[in-house]
Amino acid sequence: MAAAMPLALLVLLLLGPGGWCLAEPPRDSLREELVITPLPSGDVAATFQFRTRWDSELQREGVSHYRLFPKALGQLISKYSLRELHLSFTQGFWRTRYWGPPFLQAPSVWINLGRSSVMSSQGSSAPLSTSSTPPTQSLPLPPSNPWVWPMTLTTTFCAMLCCRGRWSAPKTSPPGRSSCPVVPRASLISFHLLQAGLSVLLKADRLFHTSYHSQAVHIRPVCRNARCTSISWELRQTLSVVFDAFITGQGKKDWSLFRMFSRTLTEPCPLASESRVYVDITTYNQDNETLEVHPPPTTTYQDVILGTRKTYAIYDLLDTAMINNSRNLNIQLKWKRPPENEAPPVPFLHAQRYVSGYGLQKGELSTLLYNTHPYRAFPVLLLDTVPWYLRLYVHTLTITSKGKENKPSYIHYQPAQDRLQPHLLEMLIQLPANSVTKVSIQFERALLKWTEYTPDPNHGFYVSPSVLSALVPSMVAAKPVDWEESPLFNSLFPVSDGSNYFVRLYTEPLLVNLPTPDFSMPYNVICLTCTVVAVCYGSFYNLLTRTFHIEEPRTGGLAKRLANLIRRARGVPPL
Amino acid sequence: MGLLSDPVRRRALARLVLRLNAPLCVLSYVAGIAWFLALVFPPLTQRTYMSENAMGSTMVEEQFAGGDRARAFARDFAAHRKKSGALPVAWLERTMRSVGLEVYTQSFSRKLPFPDETHERYMVSGTNVYGILRAPRAASTESLVLTVPCGSDSTNSQAVGLLLALAAHFRGQIYWAKDIVFLVTEHDLLGTEAWLEAYHDVNVTGMQSSPLQGRAGAIQAAVALELSSDVVTSLDVAVEGLNGQLPNLDLLNLFQTFCQKGGLLCTLQGKPEDWTSLDGPLQGLQTLLLMVLRQASGRPHGSHGLFLRYRVEALTLRGINSFRQYKYDLVAVGKALEGMFRKLNHLLERLHQSFFLYLLPGLSRFVSIGLYMPAVGFLLLVLGLKALELWMQLHEAGMGLEEPGGAPGPSVPLPPSQGVGLASLVAPLLISQAMGLALYVLPVLGQHVATQHFPVAEAEAVVLTLLAIYAAGLALPHNTHRVVSTQAPDRGWMALKLVALIYLALQLGCIALTNFSLGFLLATTMVPTAALAKPHGPRTLYAALLVLTSPAATLLGSLFLWRELQEAPLSLAEGWQLFLAALAQGVLEHHTYGALLFPLLSLGLYPCWLLFWNVLFWK
Repeated sequence: MAAAMPLALLVLLLLGPGGWCLAEPPRDSLREELVITPLPSGDVAATFQFRTRWDSELQREGVSHYRLFPKALGQLISKYSLRELHLSFTQGFWRTRYWGPPFLQAPSVWINLGRSSVMSSQGSSAPLSTSSTPPTQSLPLPPSNPWVWPMTLTTTFCAMLCCRGRWSAPKTSPPGRSSCPVVPRASLISFHLLQAGLSVLLKADRLFHTSYHSQAVHIRPVCRNARCTSISWELRQTLSVVFDAFITGQGKKDWSLFRMFSRTLTEPCPLASESRVYVDITTYNQDNETLEVHPPPTTTYQDVILGTRKTYAIYDLLDTAMINNSRNLNIQLKWKRPPENEAPPVPFLHAQRYVSGYGLQKGELSTLLYNTHPYRAFPVLLLDTVPWYLRLYVHTLTITSKGKENKPSYIHYQPAQDRLQPHLLEMLIQLPANSVTKVSIQFERALLKWTEYTPDPNHGFYVSPSVLSALVPSMVAAKPVDWEESPLFNSLFPVSDGSNYFVRLYTEPLLVNLPTPDFSMPYNVICLTCTVVAVCYGSFYNLLTRTFHIEEPRTGGLAKRLANLIRRARGVPPL
Repeated sequence: MGLLSDPVRRRALARLVLRLNAPLCVLSYVAGIAWFLALVFPPLTQRTYMSENAMGSTMVEEQFAGGDRARAFARDFAAHRKKSGALPVAWLERTMRSVGLEVYTQSFSRKLPFPDETHERYMVSGTNVYGILRAPRAASTESLVLTVPCGSDSTNSQAVGLLLALAAHFRGQIYWAKDIVFLVTEHDLLGTEAWLEAYHDVNVTGMQSSPLQGRAGAIQAAVALELSSDVVTSLDVAVEGLNGQLPNLDLLNLFQTFCQKGGLLCTLQGKPEDWTSLDGPLQGLQTLLLMVLRQASGRPHGSHGLFLRYRVEALTLRGINSFRQYKYDLVAVGKALEGMFRKLNHLLERLHQSFFLYLLPGLSRFVSIGLYMPAVGFLLLVLGLKALELWMQLHEAGMGLEEPGGAPGPSVPLPPSQGVGLASLVAPLLISQAMGLALYVLPVLGQHVATQHFPVAEAEAVVLTLLAIYAAGLALPHNTHRVVSTQAPDRGWMALKLVALIYLALQLGCIALTNFSLGFLLATTMVPTAALAKPHGPRTLYAALLVLTSPAATLLGSLFLWRELQEAPLSLAEGWQLFLAALAQGVLEHHTYGALLFPLLSLGLYPCWLLFWNVLFWK
């Protein structure tokens, strides 16, 4: 599949025409950041974030002068009164069980449009979590035509987005938000416009040899001050990749920037006000000194990320001493003692989804939700969007934990409409401590009209992943941080309180085979039916219209006929 | 159609059917057999060709060079297996993890309905080990499976070694678009069945197993590997699966392509193909007959056979080490497998382009369904003709001779057997069906009673009960003939035979549609005697013929024919032993894998055959 998609790199850093040499203080700023995290399985995750913040009321003022903020997106915001836009393109699947919970959760394509509450500087609002405050302002809804959004986004991102049917809104999200959680297959072509700072590392042939690749754009308003009297617009472009340690490191878990990206850092981005590399050097063993980073970091940063205490080494590219010493910065990490070759620690929440059953008539969608926390139960919000051609039987919905039925505290089901809208099933399920919860629902495969099949019908039809949102209990209490000052990776989806952290997970997309006709069949069927109808019709017509009369049995054979022939020749009446 | 609406011509047709019935039947039967024999000759058999675009023209370069590694893995595996006496699960897990796979295990247990004496097992419990190679930048929606079934004996170590070496090689490549599952199952097919059921989260056969922890989406294709030596002289491919299901022909074409590319000697049914020599067609016929026999048996010939139920195209490759001169090492086999997997990796859709229903007279020749179905069609025509004759005779007998100008024929809606009364048919039908039901249920149900009262083991008890009930069915006519009125002596058996003929024709037709081989084999044997059976004439001869063509005798005969074709003829005693074992296996396979041959014979064909027996001894 990867070969079929012409992919290039997305960094929409559009250069404004010379605006930054003006005397007045720039109202927009760019921060860039790279976080490198060794994952529990031994692979290495690298997360780039480029954050552009613009102190401008895009929707109110007629803005025509753009500097760092891309004009195409700005116009999109002002034209459609957009309040938030989250769009991500992902190739691969974040394997939560082996890699731990992701920083930036993203399914294949995730589009989230419309209104939600303005992010306050304390960052108390978590998208899709049930505790989010309802919006206070009312703004015109996005255009009702469901095709306008995909079309506009398609032209902006040079991506192929198409949703079958109407986009639907989960009940628990703020009203007016339209979201198409996942388009399972989307093609993407985009452009890379600036090569400086951290984006030097974005070299396509390396990035596309990774196990996981996800790029995303998040646009949202943020408060300019604590009282939120005015707002700024924030654009975050993120790129997460996971390098396969087994292939790139030949079995060793050591890594360096050069080995991963085949480049090193040479200079900070001239436009960026902050340009930093964070390296996760948390040691899980009590006896320290198991790993070593080179060059030694000047500062470190400690915080509670996703429920665990982490230590990061910080490399600030704007610090002139960092690069000038050797003209380049090649961060390396070496394990002094190789970590034990044992099963990696399992995160508290992970999930698995599959289709069960065989044959082309019925099937069952099963989702396994694992809560591996030893003693805490926690609720999970499960959101399923199932295409209409899998006809769900809601009475077959069963949820079992530890062999007992688990009644969800909340269920919202919106049935599908053929060719218009998918099934939407939303449940709040309490996961008991240290348990596996199985959610299963049976479906019947619908027969499509023969023009509705895709060009490759025998490939199967994709069913989008389930979306799991949960507040998972933390190991350590997190203290509230200053949102504007903390690193970027910490502030996209901030924690809601100290004892829990918000996690959104996506399960695997599924591939379901529908009953597929042999497409040369219509021709055969037409030929056969016509023949049968013609033959039957002919004989019936014959029987109905014919008058029957009894014919004198002819006696005598050849001799009699001969005799008659002779008699006729003689002029005598025949026998 | 004018033929039927014209009373004169219809009468002529009826007369033709009545008068020329016997020669027509013989002609039709001979035509059926001749058509089948002609299937090996070029107009009917065609060269195979690759239909799937994604696997067709692209070439791949095989780079597998892990022969030494495979042998080392195989040695280690064999040593650990010998030490532990079972599948070395921990070692396998460790090794698979060290080559970079995601490893999971699955434990299962199954109590067989009665002890399996061929494999010496009764209470089976084991563990499957599988490792998943996750394709980079893919969301685990599709996967391929390479599986090695390990039995209780110490064969197949080399296959495990090759599987591990291939896994290590595949892990280092970046081109995978589908996940690859490397599966090692214990207790050969039982383990495979347990894994497949757990993977699809269904329970078809009452297997108890632990749920799977890791999955890899929809399985697109599977290859099972059986190797027992470091070098092979040829690779044999088995396609026949459960209930005669076959994988898509493209999978076989793929295998054949890589056989040719790697210069491997590949065989089908153990026979290399050679179409250039004079006796090529003869050899083709042998291969074809072997395939028909194996497909008709309905048992999975290799663990691939169980995948087919789940619509996973699969085949089994068997390394054969015989006395040929030229030998290939594991690298050659590994390269063929690597090539196959790389091409399967290119697949955009499930294999669906090529044939699903075919017969193979050789690896590079096939007969498509449209060309072999006439053979069984001709055979079933005999039953139709005979039934038509009986219908007309019954009709004429009922009408008497008062209306000589009337229109005797099938279009007159007069129930022919009304004179006899349908009641007389109900008893034999019910009794024969009840015998069939007893044959299906009693042997397994009554094994404990039998072992308590007779000095036999459970497996023996089942087989002997089976034979006893089967033979007891022959005493049936004496129980029913008193019910029948003596008014019209001929009409009773004629009506019964008519019903039996139609019943048989329907059954054989349905069987031939799903499993041609079984339908054809049964039609060849059952049709002539079914057409001949009547209570007049040389009854003992008919009875002997009928017994010889009963389903059980067909099974016995097929066993002899099979060994004859394999050039390993059986003596009578051996044949009988093999027959008893086959009966036990048939019942076991029905219960463990869901094979349908046993219920089909006991519930469908045996009662039908009893009806003919009933006709023969009509008084």
